[in-house]
Amino acid sequence: MMRVTLLPRFEPRGRPSAAMSIASPLIALLLTALLAAALFVALGKDPWRGLSVFFIEPLSGWRPASEVLLKATPLALCALGLSLCYRSNIWNVGAEGQFLLGAIAAGGMALWIGGPQGALGSLAAGDGMFAALAGRPLQLPLVLLAGVAGGAAWAAITALLRDRCNANEILVSLMLVYVAQQLLGYLVFGPWKDPAGFNFPQTPTFAASTWLPPLMAGTRLHWGFVLALLAVPLFWFVLFRSWRGFQLDVSGQAPAAARYAGFSARRALWTALLISGGMAGLAGAMEVAGPLRQLTPHVSTGYGFTAIIVVFVGRLHPVGILLAAILLSMMLIGGEYAQSRLGLPGALTGVFQGSMLFMLLACDTLIHSRVRWRHARPVSS
Amino acid sequence: MNEIVLLLAAAIASGTPLVLAGLGLLVNEKAGVVNLGAEGMMLIAAVAGFATAFGTGSEMLALGAGALAGATAAAVFGLLVIGLNANQYAAGLALSLFGGGFSAFVGIGYVGRKLGDPAASLTGSIGHWLADLPVIGPLLFGQHPIVWLSLALTAAVAWLLYRTRAGLVLRAIGESPESAHALGYPVRLIRFAAVVTGGALCGVAGACLSVVYAPMWVEGLVAGRGWIALALTTFATWRPGRVLLGAWLFGGVTLLQFHLQAQGVAIASQLLAMLPYLATIVVLALISRNPAWIRANMPASLGRPFHAD
Repeated sequence: MMRVTLLPRFEPRGRPSAAMSIASPLIALLLTALLAAALFVALGKDPWRGLSVFFIEPLSGWRPASEVLLKATPLALCALGLSLCYRSNIWNVGAEGQFLLGAIAAGGMALWIGGPQGALGSLAAGDGMFAALAGRPLQLPLVLLAGVAGGAAWAAITALLRDRCNANEILVSLMLVYVAQQLLGYLVFGPWKDPAGFNFPQTPTFAASTWLPPLMAGTRLHWGFVLALLAVPLFWFVLFRSWRGFQLDVSGQAPAAARYAGFSARRALWTALLISGGMAGLAGAMEVAGPLRQLTPHVSTGYGFTAIIVVFVGRLHPVGILLAAILLSMMLIGGEYAQSRLGLPGALTGVFQGSMLFMLLACDTLIHSRVRWRHARPVSS
Repeated sequence: MNEIVLLLAAAIASGTPLVLAGLGLLVNEKAGVVNLGAEGMMLIAAVAGFATAFGTGSEMLALGAGALAGATAAAVFGLLVIGLNANQYAAGLALSLFGGGFSAFVGIGYVGRKLGDPAASLTGSIGHWLADLPVIGPLLFGQHPIVWLSLALTAAVAWLLYRTRAGLVLRAIGESPESAHALGYPVRLIRFAAVVTGGALCGVAGACLSVVYAPMWVEGLVAGRGWIALALTTFATWRPGRVLLGAWLFGGVTLLQFHLQAQGVAIASQLLAMLPYLATIVVLALISRNPAWIRANMPASLGRPFHAD
């Protein structure tokens, strides 16, 4: 009897392949590029031009490249925090909400302490007290700290409900994204709206003393990028060289072993959520103190969701995350270019990002198993 | 009195997409698979349904197209999760993110478009005089037939899961895939079938939103209903009848914001719009507080991959 196997068979490897773990995102990127090329052809565009818009033009020249790094900053910060969560098997998918709360808290702080020209009537009452306490050099750190606190507080709701009520953290953190979006909308359409803003839903521009200064004149890239770069070795140390990071890793990969070793699951939960919330909040704060300088309903373009893809593409490793953040930021810029230069909808970015995560998860099979093609192999019956 | 009846009828109409999606996800989860891609499937199906209704003018075809789109999206998810043993949470998130982008991309030409004459709508075909009956008229007969479909489906799913052999096998796979496999049941195949069925129901829900309930298409039309439907299975402790009641309750909460606004309540619309999401969080926390209750009802293998070797 002949058995013909046309489909590949997956055979478990003895141990996970480290090489495949790094190759998998690259294969996924290649497959996504192929899919993108096919899509461009289907849309009647030159596929080379299309691919160039997404993967080459964003890096051609210092100006577009600085925009890539600008958008990579919040992605990297959110993703670094999330990597801690996912390593400890805590599924925080609400970085977007934590980002928004960071932006709201930082914006509120900037309006409060930012001097009379940016002052809101009701909030300006704090001016006297804070103007003395917060000298100009202290204002920016206060704004950023408010952002961290806002993001961490938002994540703390998820941690609290998971800890006390055993509520699923995926659903709670995600629901809180919608709540955060509405809260931001309420503030910029309502109490925080700029009275001199022609009824646009936006706050007054923050005082210059609360701005995050640009890294180079003529670009929007700000010092937050340097902070993100510094966070990479810091997270590397925490994840791979610290006792706490080890505990988180064990509690994620082998909860029973973690319990047996006496590592507190509650502590892991709170640590991971507070840190990732704080990082997302910091990203939100730097977005409003950096390029935006005011709150609008469109503070985020989905950074917190894109960061989830960044974590997986970056292999939950800080260095990988930095590279993946730059890659996905290129795709964000590419979407803008596709709109302005090719007349294609900017939503293409979302299609490519989602496809890439699909491809990546499929390729990740190769880490734990190898493919066997066995054609027409006789099987004795 | 009349106003309350109308409000209840509206709550049922607004909860119907949640019923459909919730039942689909229930079938998934009873087989041990969590599909976090519900939001994405609903979005893709909403666009597919709207485009079909726009092109053909037929609601029936539109709902069918939604089911097909949802089932296709679910099949991709199933291939990853069941065929390649990918992480269920990650694959579901991927589907939701992809669905968001894909639906925005495909639907861009349909934003602001209106569906044609409701002559082709299913509503017109049912006797109008029944709808004039007091109380049950608006509650039952004034409803779009999709509401009846959701009622029939609830009964069908309950019957299938708890009164048939197929349902028993499905639940056994959700509790212990290893035992079901040892008994000779094709675990992966049945799980895949459950995933595709769930996707089809989420698809009908999505199309129902864009074609019957809204009826229109905007980016992100589903607005978290996929996630609420996911929470609904937990609220309902995985019981079809409770999914129905929970969905109507949430339909009512969603409606409350419009009702309060219409009444001129001096609360900002954005704060009222938070209500369904806050309610989801609160109910989820309250239900999950009782660990024994959850553990007794939750399919034991939920979220765990199955390796047949």
